Amino acid sequence: MTNKINITINGFPVEIKKGETIIQAADSQGITIPTLCYHKDLCVAGNCRVCVVEVVGQTRLSAACATPCEEGMEILTNSLKVRNSRKHIIELLLAEHNADCTKCYRNGNCELQKLSSEYKIMTQDFLELAPLKKYSVDMYSPSIIKDDSKCIRCQRCVRTCAELQGVNALTVAHKGDKMKITTFFEKAMRDVVCTNCGQCVNHCPTGALVEKNYIEEVWDAIANPAKHVVVQTAPAVRVGLGEELGLPAGSRVTGKMVAALKRLGFDAVLDTDFTADLTIMEEGTELLARLKKALVDKDETVKLPMATSCSPGWIKYIEHMYPEYLDNLSTCKSPQQMFGALAKTYYAKARNIEPENIVSVSVMPCTAKKFEAYRPEMHDSGYRDVDYVLTTRELAILIKQAGLDFNKLEPVKYDRLMGDSTGAAVIFGATGGVMEAALRTAYELVTGRDVPFKNLNIEPVRGMEGVKEASIKIENPLKEWAFLDGVELKCAVAHGLINAKTVMDAVKTGKVNYHFIEFMACPGGCLGGGGQPIPTSPEIRKKRAEAIYAEDGALALRKSHENPEVQKLYKDFLKHPLSDVSHHLLHTSYTKRERF
Amino acid sequence: MNPIKSLIREMADKRGRSRENLLPIMQAVVEREKYLSEYSMIEIAKQFDIPAAEVYGTATFYSFIETRPAGQYIIRICKTITCAMKGKNQILFAIQDMLKVKLGETTPDRKFTLLETNCLGWCHKAPAMMVNNEVYTELTPEKVRDILTGYMKINDQNLN
Repeated sequence: MTNKINITINGFPVEIKKGETIIQAADSQGITIPTLCYHKDLCVAGNCRVCVVEVVGQTRLSAACATPCEEGMEILTNSLKVRNSRKHIIELLLAEHNADCTKCYRNGNCELQKLSSEYKIMTQDFLELAPLKKYSVDMYSPSIIKDDSKCIRCQRCVRTCAELQGVNALTVAHKGDKMKITTFFEKAMRDVVCTNCGQCVNHCPTGALVEKNYIEEVWDAIANPAKHVVVQTAPAVRVGLGEELGLPAGSRVTGKMVAALKRLGFDAVLDTDFTADLTIMEEGTELLARLKKALVDKDETVKLPMATSCSPGWIKYIEHMYPEYLDNLSTCKSPQQMFGALAKTYYAKARNIEPENIVSVSVMPCTAKKFEAYRPEMHDSGYRDVDYVLTTRELAILIKQAGLDFNKLEPVKYDRLMGDSTGAAVIFGATGGVMEAALRTAYELVTGRDVPFKNLNIEPVRGMEGVKEASIKIENPLKEWAFLDGVELKCAVAHGLINAKTVMDAVKTGKVNYHFIEFMACPGGCLGGGGQPIPTSPEIRKKRAEAIYAEDGALALRKSHENPEVQKLYKDFLKHPLSDVSHHLLHTSYTKRERF
Repeated sequence: MNPIKSLIREMADKRGRSRENLLPIMQAVVEREKYLSEYSMIEIAKQFDIPAAEVYGTATFYSFIETRPAGQYIIRICKTITCAMKGKNQILFAIQDMLKVKLGETTPDRKFTLLETNCLGWCHKAPAMMVNNEVYTELTPEKVRDILTGYMKINDQNLN
């Protein structure tokens, strides 16, 4: 039995894979069918109807996203009937849409606007309903703005929140013309289970869900001569930023990005990768300390498996969904917050600047980081540790506003002091990266040898599999770690909160027995974060991941403990991992939250 | 234990906690309380191990599940086209005038809540309304005043 079938598209006979939908078949032939509710990351919904096509012999049009191809099918994607229907569908969507495009955050990057432009919708033939509807805007969250007047009810966000994240903060409520996308009891996003991960923002075709931007605040800080503005950039930003500035997915733009940040007027351009290395030192030591307590001291109160705490989306998720496991979280702050706490203490002292005159900005692939910086406990430096968090998209806006020709910028290096990093820090941006970085350091710390993987590449924790498992047997450790001899260190990696749920449920039922688990809220890890360039898709995320690993491979130092600036930081300031100073500045605690 | 909490638990124990039992449980709570409160929805979500937002979404889809506190008698006037043509607005005005509440409101003594509903299926005897589970058809302003006076009396006797 062959798994190919023959159909015709617009009169041209083509052979396609059996089981493909019309939209996939057309795509394979280089024909684009417009879509709104359809997204490669999500299940088919078929509710927006703009993908309608004509199947010869059928009186009614079919939704191309939801109709599988059959042998002999004759499909017309561009007949007069199809074109007129699509035009009407777009007009009807616009009738209920607050089409105030010039004042919209998604102006220029809106799928509805693009369609409207492609189909040249110049008039409004239907009654304009948008002004009559009592739409509301939710601006309470520090991360996400939800503007119902821009919503076309395609439900991508609802499916994202349920299928990719398993959070279900968003739902469809009411019916008919009153139907809307909302939260439990129509509360503000900040008051419900929303983890601020921003995947809904990444998947929204219009301006209904956007990040809360801090662009003007950052420009104000830069313009203020009394302020010393430091900026840190997360690992995943350097493989995403290029997409917003006209480069193909997977472009590595680290040097250009640093050059751009200097031209924007930041006083110091530093690297979150530095504190990613520091996180490994703290978190790795914490893991070994927990293992020692469990194995040597036979202390039954030790919480294992230990879970990573770098992803603020994951942190809020576990606070809502598995509050009984908060003690299993590493107490380490995320690299962003470690950086913030050090910027206004260690850095301020070394540079002889009053911490109150430092404005600490971070560029993150993430919207949850905005919420994290806003947490009341994140003031350990005596000030707000991180003042403003920008997404990758916002940085691109800054660069465009400044009129910089990004591609012509000569790459430059990060500034000194908290600007050095290793390959282990770069891979924090990809799922499995924190695990790989931790293993590279922990294994060497315990045995004095490199991890037993070719070129330090721990392949089992790489890739886009939802849940990955790895185990490393520790043999011939150094004397002080003799108790770990023969121990098989069992690790797991989960990305996308729906996979985190799978792992947590397995932990809860005792089906699995891990020592260490890496959790990342977003699909693909930070490189697929809610603050990364739009659009996103499995292919785009794969390219960004390749770029991350290429960046790691190109660096001379690839183990966190080899970072010379981290070594200096311990020598001059922190003394040793888990010291009193680190406990005060680099570690945190968590809050139990309600589950609705 | 809170009586609604125990009702939800009992119902869930009896009927099971699968998704198709969501609606019957919501109806049972509405039967008891006249509406489905935030508290009830969270409790139902916990019992069914489903997201609270999903319970809210389901509840708001159905016209007969109120999510705001309602009075002892919920009046639902059919708003669909046949009733509208047969003078539904006259009925509405008569009720509003008599109870001194607007559409969507509850009387201060919490006896009556006035709502509109989609087609009740009584187009041949329009205009129609429901008071709790009782249907009244071929309404006139006089008839509706009599009906509501009747309800007021029942209630007064109960209170005495």
